[in-house]
Amino acid sequence: MSPHQVDIQVIAVLVAASCALPGVFLVLRRMSMMADAVSHSILLGIILAFFLVADLSSPLLIVGAAASGVLAVSLIEAVNRSKLVKKDAAIGLVFPFLFSVAVILLSRYVRDVHIDVHSVLLGELAFAPFDRLVVSGTDMGPRSAYVMGFILMVNLLFISLFYKELKVSTFDENFASSSGFRPRLVHYALMTVVSVTCVGAFDAVGSVLVIALIVVPPCCAWLLADGLFRMMLLSVFFGVSAAVSGFWVASRLDVNIAGSMAAACGVLFCAVFLFSPDRGLFGMMRKRRMRKMDFSEASVLVSLYNLERRGRQRAGHPDSRGMFGSSDFASKVVGLLAEKGEVAISGETLILTEKGRNRALASLAEK
Amino acid sequence: MFEFAVSLFSDYTSRTILLGAASLGVVSGVVGSYAVLRKRSLLGDVMSHAALPGIVVAFIIVGAKEQFPIFVGAAVSAILAALVIALVTRSSRIKTDSAMGIALSVFFGLGLVALTWAQRMPDANQAGLDRFLFGQAEALVEKDVLAIAATGLLALLVVAFFWKEFKLFCFDPDFGGTMGFSAKLLDALITAVMVSAIVMGLQTVGVVLMSSMLIAPAVAARQWTQSMASMVFLAAAAATVSAVCGVAASAGFDNVPTGPAVVVCASVLALVSILFSPEGVFTRKLKNARSRREIRMDYVLVSLRDLALEHGDPGYAHSEKLLELGSRRGFDVKRSLRELAASGYVERAGEDNWRLTSKGVSAAEKSRGIPGGERR
Repeated sequence: MSPHQVDIQVIAVLVAASCALPGVFLVLRRMSMMADAVSHSILLGIILAFFLVADLSSPLLIVGAAASGVLAVSLIEAVNRSKLVKKDAAIGLVFPFLFSVAVILLSRYVRDVHIDVHSVLLGELAFAPFDRLVVSGTDMGPRSAYVMGFILMVNLLFISLFYKELKVSTFDENFASSSGFRPRLVHYALMTVVSVTCVGAFDAVGSVLVIALIVVPPCCAWLLADGLFRMMLLSVFFGVSAAVSGFWVASRLDVNIAGSMAAACGVLFCAVFLFSPDRGLFGMMRKRRMRKMDFSEASVLVSLYNLERRGRQRAGHPDSRGMFGSSDFASKVVGLLAEKGEVAISGETLILTEKGRNRALASLAEK
Repeated sequence: MFEFAVSLFSDYTSRTILLGAASLGVVSGVVGSYAVLRKRSLLGDVMSHAALPGIVVAFIIVGAKEQFPIFVGAAVSAILAALVIALVTRSSRIKTDSAMGIALSVFFGLGLVALTWAQRMPDANQAGLDRFLFGQAEALVEKDVLAIAATGLLALLVVAFFWKEFKLFCFDPDFGGTMGFSAKLLDALITAVMVSAIVMGLQTVGVVLMSSMLIAPAVAARQWTQSMASMVFLAAAAATVSAVCGVAASAGFDNVPTGPAVVVCASVLALVSILFSPEGVFTRKLKNARSRREIRMDYVLVSLRDLALEHGDPGYAHSEKLLELGSRRGFDVKRSLRELAASGYVERAGEDNWRLTSKGVSAAEKSRGIPGGERR
């Protein structure tokens, strides 16, 4: 690994981790598309701040960008509150407008090698390591690693300080406001944090693919874990793995790194979606099948038990086998029961064994 | 300005482009109305972003700038994204918004990977693919416009044919189900129409901003009407106006990409409608202010009358202080008196004392009472 590659990966990991943390709350609050809105809207802030200071590395750009992200959120809510426009249309109305204004300003008035319409969409992670932080003549490493590191610290600090508030207002907004937690305030604080994160990540991965890093890792985590804390850990894990594997695929194929990271997110999500033991597609299919078998077996046992009670005899009904029909499924269920030793077969007669009777009684008692 | 407009319409090339933009406008306005009414606005956003990988893969396979395969590729990957959303939301705990975020970003990421890969291929026409990101109306030729118009016509025919069904499905899908219409089929049809509109807009507006072309005109139209037919018509008009204006702006100024220009026009129309339509935010504020003022004046008028009647003389004068004392907090009695005096309902009787004029007395008789004040 060349030092250049190490630098890129460090930045990518920091970006992924800082996106994955607030993303958990966005996903749980069903506001994932707000990430879309914020990540597009920050461009306007960046451009306007750039007009003001004419320096792409000024911290004012981050402030301006975060402010325009929050502005977009409040605009969307204002439009929605007017009751004239539904929430989804409000989102789809506001951010393309802000983004379009920014793109026009950018392509018309900004002549700078470091920012153009392309880098807005594609990100420029490959060039990030060339921008070094030099303190009194010593090279301290890539500047964006420090910026992203700082943003990650801010996110960690925010989440650990307001963990309780975030948790309560995410899961039960009414309870939160009745216990004095100010969910509106928490909401805006969270959106500010998301904006700041988007600004940092924007440099690296561009405005569209920030969404991949914010939304996909938490979704993977949500399919695997239930607790909020564990979900955050897993989310960071998935984000970081997508970032690193995406980088390696990109450098092997010589394609856009950000796009490859988003694709890696997609691959991870596919894997989790299909194979998560409890909530994956296959896992759920297996569970459903098992539940169906279990229910069918219990039904057979219970009806045999009822027959037995009505006849007050233990010999079984002469044609009890025909009672369940002759379908493949019925014979399969009966076969399985016989295998388990819960039913004994003699000719066309099914006889409950002691074990089978116990299970029938148990499943009756369950109701 | 006028000369510029004339030159736009007389020049063959620009007329072709404007025609393309206009037909795009009509279709996206119509289709967008359904997207907005069904609360599926963001699905358009997802599908237009998700068209990118299809475009690039078609480009890689076919190689040249053939438009038909690119249309097909775009449509296929957009539909694939819609199916992914449906699958994920139906069979896991992931909600629609997250599923949309996943589909949008992952498909777009794949598209960018394919795009950068395709651009490394020998003799890959870079500009040919780049224009799909933000749109480049200048690159439209007659063949493109014909394809756009044909796709649009087909979409419009579907909408016209299923007009009643779509309308029912937008407002009361459950009722539609009991009437025997298949929700699945109608959903598929509306989505297909949406995809065709998105595909049409790829060259003009680009994948990144196409969704706004669907949403903004429909939102603008919704503010002015309560009827489906006029909403669809208005949305088509708004979208056409913004498409034509945007294309003209992009042609008239240097370095203005078409897509953003069109979107700015459409969004401005939508914002103006939200503010100033009869039910708009600003109009509502104005109405509220007017009725507040009326209530306030009415209160002063009636209290002055009631006080005066205690003296047996409707024209008996009372002091401003007394009126203020009995009024609710926040009622500007002084201002109301001035306004009433201006329209001749009350008149000054000495220092700070006011009495009703005969016009004021009859107005107070007619008044329905005072919703805002406390009566003694």
